[in-house]
Amino acid sequence: MSDLGELYQQVILDHNKRPRNFRRLEEANHRADGHNPLCGDQLTVYLQMEGDVIRDIAFHGAGCAISKASASLMTESVKGKTKLEAEQIFEKMHKLLTGDPCALVETGGLGKLAVFSGVCEFPVRVKCASLAWHTLRAALEQIKEAVSTE
Amino acid sequence: MIRTNEIGAPPGLLKRAAMFDVQKIRQDFPILNQKVHGRPLIYLDNAATSQKPQAVIDTITRYYLEQNANIHRGVHYLSEWATRAYEESRLKAQRFLNATDAREIIFVRGATEAINLVAHSYGLKYITAGDEILISAIEHHSNIVPWQMLCQTTGAILRVAPMNDQGELLLDEYERLLGPRTKLVSLVHVSNALGSLNPIKAMVAMARRWNARVMVDGAQAAPHLAIDVQELDCDFYTFSGHKVFGPTGIGVLYGKREWLEQMPPYQGGGDMIISVSFEKTEYNHLPFKFEAGTPHIAGAIGLGAALDYVNQIGLDTIARYEHDLLAYATEAVAAIPGLRLIGTAREKAGVLGFVLDGVHAHDIGTVLDHAGIAIRAGHHCAMPVMKRLGVPATARASLAFYNTKEEIDALVQGIYKVKEMFD
Ligand SMILES: Cc1ncc(COP(=O)(O)O)c(C=O)c1O
Repeated sequence: MSDLGELYQQVILDHNKRPRNFRRLEEANHRADGHNPLCGDQLTVYLQMEGDVIRDIAFHGAGCAISKASASLMTESVKGKTKLEAEQIFEKMHKLLTGDPCALVETGGLGKLAVFSGVCEFPVRVKCASLAWHTLRAALEQIKEAVSTE
Repeated sequence: MIRTNEIGAPPGLLKRAAMFDVQKIRQDFPILNQKVHGRPLIYLDNAATSQKPQAVIDTITRYYLEQNANIHRGVHYLSEWATRAYEESRLKAQRFLNATDAREIIFVRGATEAINLVAHSYGLKYITAGDEILISAIEHHSNIVPWQMLCQTTGAILRVAPMNDQGELLLDEYERLLGPRTKLVSLVHVSNALGSLNPIKAMVAMARRWNARVMVDGAQAAPHLAIDVQELDCDFYTFSGHKVFGPTGIGVLYGKREWLEQMPPYQGGGDMIISVSFEKTEYNHLPFKFEAGTPHIAGAIGLGAALDYVNQIGLDTIARYEHDLLAYATEAVAAIPGLRLIGTAREKAGVLGFVLDGVHAHDIGTVLDHAGIAIRAGHHCAMPVMKRLGVPATARASLAFYNTKEEIDALVQGIYKVKEMFD
């Protein structure tokens, strides 16, 4: 049976309540909108890229605790990283969130992001946790249209 | 053994209405007697789908165990039995809606298919460019999209009657939107997102002045109140079986005979014809003209059992009990600090929508689920309602007559737990 505490870990609750890098980034040279119509989650990811490096990152929007905390922790984890490094973290997160069976997933190198390891026990919430990451990827690729998890 | 008298309602079943013992009623619903995440299940998602009484489960099981056959074609015993049971269910649906004629009852998959049927068959025949179709601001997507599609095909224009902040339709605005171009009005009887109960009879009367046809989406009304299509005087009415304690995949479209007779078939195939040749096909009479192919026979028979069950309790008894329960729930939930009710129409049925300061509906839903409480979180297939009210999503507890005040107390406790967790 899935345990509620596995989903809503303290770190997640904290980032939900006090999201980091939660603002509109005026200097952004990349941005993308993400939308999860099923839940009504909506967020924008702003990037200030310097060549291949994510010099600054911020996000703004509204969503559930999982999506907000995921976006907040994401901004912390990729700030200062190169595009390639960010994409590698994306891949790991993707495996973590959709992992089957959950327990065997490699969380090495994910640092704090490992708090999302409980999400795969809650299939309906996987989209919440991955929305920010898909939006980040769109911003990195500078895909113009809005990302949707549907 | 199958005896013919098993088809109809058992003799003692009809009037036992006055007494309502919710604990006894609950025993009729085996699914309620289980634990979810280690807690007793509290099912408050009845607007999505209702649970099924043993009588319905038994009827369907028995049909497949002993009675299964195709209908309207076999000359053998089982086929005759299945045909009679299927048609008996049509009569039950006719009585349930108080329609004048069983030929006015078409079996469909559900409310969605019924609305699409009317949009295609009536809409494509009678609606042309420049005509207007009027719906309301509180429709389910299934009563929006088919009309948008019809407008796209025909060049007709979709108009939307607005609501106030409580979720009540503005009747004078509605009246103002009606006019000589209004060909069809389609309105929800009870809103699934807000619970608002619309004054359909008055709204039909207003539409009549312009000679517009009126369709009513009764998906959320049928489980909660007695429906009389003659009294409402609507042209079409629909409800889904699965929301009135019957199976999924079956529902009813009522249509006034004068329209159904003139409308072309919706789908072609077997059963909907009298004769077929490659030169000319003659369509069947009502209601079969609209029932192409092998229908959901078990579903229709199961729906008949569900309607029997509901009638046995009595919709007036149900409405009275639920009215008290909703009032109790509204008061208890509204007293929670930081909680805002969504949908506070004076006339409501069955639905308690709310948002909580600083907590997304989805998180409310997940935490309550772990307390064994099933509610729905999201936009409830009514995105325009959410947009109008400026909320991304709401939490919705929706009631049935098997819910209790104790369950409402548990809901309130659960919401406090949510607040604590996200504080
Ligand atoms: C008001 C309303 N109309 C229509 C529908 C569609 O019903 P179905 O999905 O059974 O076709 C629903 C179902 O949620 C509803 O609540």
